[in-house]
Amino acid sequence: MFEVVTKRVLAPDIIEMKVKAPMIARSAKPGQFLIVRTDRFGERIPLTICDYDKKDDTVTIVTQSIGISTRKINALNVGEAFDDFAGPLGNPSDLLELSDEELKKLKILFIAGGVGTAPVYPQVKWLKEKGVEADVIIGARTKNLFTYVSEMKEVGNVFLCTDDGSEGFHGNVTLLMKHLIENEGKKYDRCVIIGPMIMMKFAALTAKQFGIPSVVSLNALMVDGTGMCGACRVTIDGQTKFTCVDGPEFDGALVDFDEAMRRQNMYKNNPKTNPETHKCECHGK
Amino acid sequence: MANRIPRVPMREQDPALRAKNFEEVSHGYSAEEAYLEASRCLHCSNPRCVAACPVHIKIPEFIYQLNEHNEMGAYVIISQDNSLPSVCGRVCPQEKQCEGACILGIKGEPVACGSLERYVGDWAIRHQDELPHPQINKNGKKVALIGAGPASLACATDLAKYGYDVKVFEALHQLGGVLVYGIPEFRLPKEGVVEKEVQWVKGLGVEFENDVVVGRTFTIDDLLDKMGYDAVFIGSGAGLPKFMGIEGENLNGVFSANEYLTRANLMHAYDCEYNTPIYLGKKVVVVGGGNVAMDAVRTAKRLGAESIIVYRRSEAELPARAEEVHHAKQEGIIFKMLTNPVKIIGDDKGTVVGMECVEMELGEPDSSGRRRPVEKPGSNFIIDCDVVIMALGTSPNPLIKQTTKGLETNKHGCVVADEEGATSRPGVFAGGDTVTGAATVILAMGAGRKAAKAIHEYIQNKS
Repeated sequence: MFEVVTKRVLAPDIIEMKVKAPMIARSAKPGQFLIVRTDRFGERIPLTICDYDKKDDTVTIVTQSIGISTRKINALNVGEAFDDFAGPLGNPSDLLELSDEELKKLKILFIAGGVGTAPVYPQVKWLKEKGVEADVIIGARTKNLFTYVSEMKEVGNVFLCTDDGSEGFHGNVTLLMKHLIENEGKKYDRCVIIGPMIMMKFAALTAKQFGIPSVVSLNALMVDGTGMCGACRVTIDGQTKFTCVDGPEFDGALVDFDEAMRRQNMYKNNPKTNPETHKCECHGK
Repeated sequence: MANRIPRVPMREQDPALRAKNFEEVSHGYSAEEAYLEASRCLHCSNPRCVAACPVHIKIPEFIYQLNEHNEMGAYVIISQDNSLPSVCGRVCPQEKQCEGACILGIKGEPVACGSLERYVGDWAIRHQDELPHPQINKNGKKVALIGAGPASLACATDLAKYGYDVKVFEALHQLGGVLVYGIPEFRLPKEGVVEKEVQWVKGLGVEFENDVVVGRTFTIDDLLDKMGYDAVFIGSGAGLPKFMGIEGENLNGVFSANEYLTRANLMHAYDCEYNTPIYLGKKVVVVGGGNVAMDAVRTAKRLGAESIIVYRRSEAELPARAEEVHHAKQEGIIFKMLTNPVKIIGDDKGTVVGMECVEMELGEPDSSGRRRPVEKPGSNFIIDCDVVIMALGTSPNPLIKQTTKGLETNKHGCVVADEEGATSRPGVFAGGDTVTGAATVILAMGAGRKAAKAIHEYIQNKS
């Protein structure tokens, strides 16, 4: 059992939890994810690791309530526990393969949107610990949906944007990215993009137009998360890859986002995953 | 002919009924049926059944005890060689092993060794509190096992009996590996059988820890260098599901059998109390002819779909257990033999609407000795369907290979191990699907037992 140690609401339906998970806290690296299961009836849900603390043995997750299982996660209170908390899974960010000297030479732009902001944080923080300060664009539909802004400002050079102009730059992350490059004289060697699939698609496209290599972190559907089921397959440069063992980070220019988005919605109309329409259609008993 | 009693048939759920539920197909022998069947054994002086059993259960000896109405005696004999009799009695390909070698099978029907083993195993589950526990003298040495499937369960049992402190690390939330995620409830009950037999292994003092992904949570090197283990056994099983590489395999509605079965079995997706969804089709095509294909197609049938097997060779080459094919046919599964998929067809939303196939015919024998299927040119046709499930086998999970220094693997990515399970890394042993590629429960258990012996010798020689 993995106990919830702290819980706070970051934005409507977006909740951060610190969970006691000593082995993951000690082995997690930026870019990796884990699989959680609230109870014996729950789904195995993949979540990107948002932070980890080796001192207090906790791992931080941020979850947006969307379907039954994410609502169950966010309904857990401090002192209650997850039945399962398995990981870390997937490959660490490939920034970890670079030497400190190589990192210091790189100008990196992180682009974060929605619930993807929290997973960007450990990478930016890790770079800061290496003495590298990265630029971070955080986008939201409107200002009360921002998450992790103050945390991010402590470790990176943050630029905010909102679709409705209620805070920061008026426009989406790709417009702000263009603005920074075209009007502010910014130059980047690499983009790391984490957020909703549609945002990653267009941000990666924009990066490509500027000739900047990009990395995206895909949140495909998974069941086991350990390379056994193949639910998370995505097409990268025409080849099928498994997000859980080959990813979750891939070259943004090579991802077939349209397929990835289509596959992500595979169970959208399934009676089980939609809390409004869930009715017993049990074929088992 | 002295032996005139016919083989006692296994009572089964009516096919029309069971094709709509997930309860077990076979009911198992009653005591009277088991005693009667046991009386058929000739007790050969050179029992071929024992030699044909991958774990060499002393079959005539346990059957002798059953004939004497002594279940406990039968159980004690089986448990010397097999810690999972209820599982093996249900899922072993007996027709290729013990029963295939039975002398009675030459002119008539072999002794139902599998059904008798199951009877004894089920009796033991009902009498778990009364079972004798082997005398264990702890030797203070530690062995770590990776994956809680059949290979590790067999290895753990023997190591515990030798006196080791045994700890099994499992990535998933349940214990049993393929026994819980792969083989369906209607063939192998999870709570009633798998959990109970795992419980017995726990009773030997074997420790289990779930949610640990060796290679990520910690590595094999950590186990040996930092965590104080004297040896490691890799029993992490089969890995990534294979696909055909044809057009349309990533359409919505195409699944690996692993995914489909994991949703149904491990995640209980067919039961409305559980949150994991499963994609319900009206017409489901399963590609493949092995046990996994049979499990997937029969699961689809139970979820209400018209269900079809597509296999590129002929029925004689189906690798599945004969009993599974027989049961599938009884349940109304359609078998389209000598048929190979060419592409999967989707609609404008990317959802499966059909599969284009080509007819095959058998040519000259290939390297496997089976006649090679070749396409009949121009015979293409389309099967309308809304779900396609690929049951084509697996290739090993790359995680342990990638994260273990000096661990040799072959061109398929399987861990290279000798007959006894020793790998290229001293102190690291392996067995089961991770070495052989996808095979059977009992072969994995056999490999686990051999490795336990080799680990015991390795640690004794080291100290």
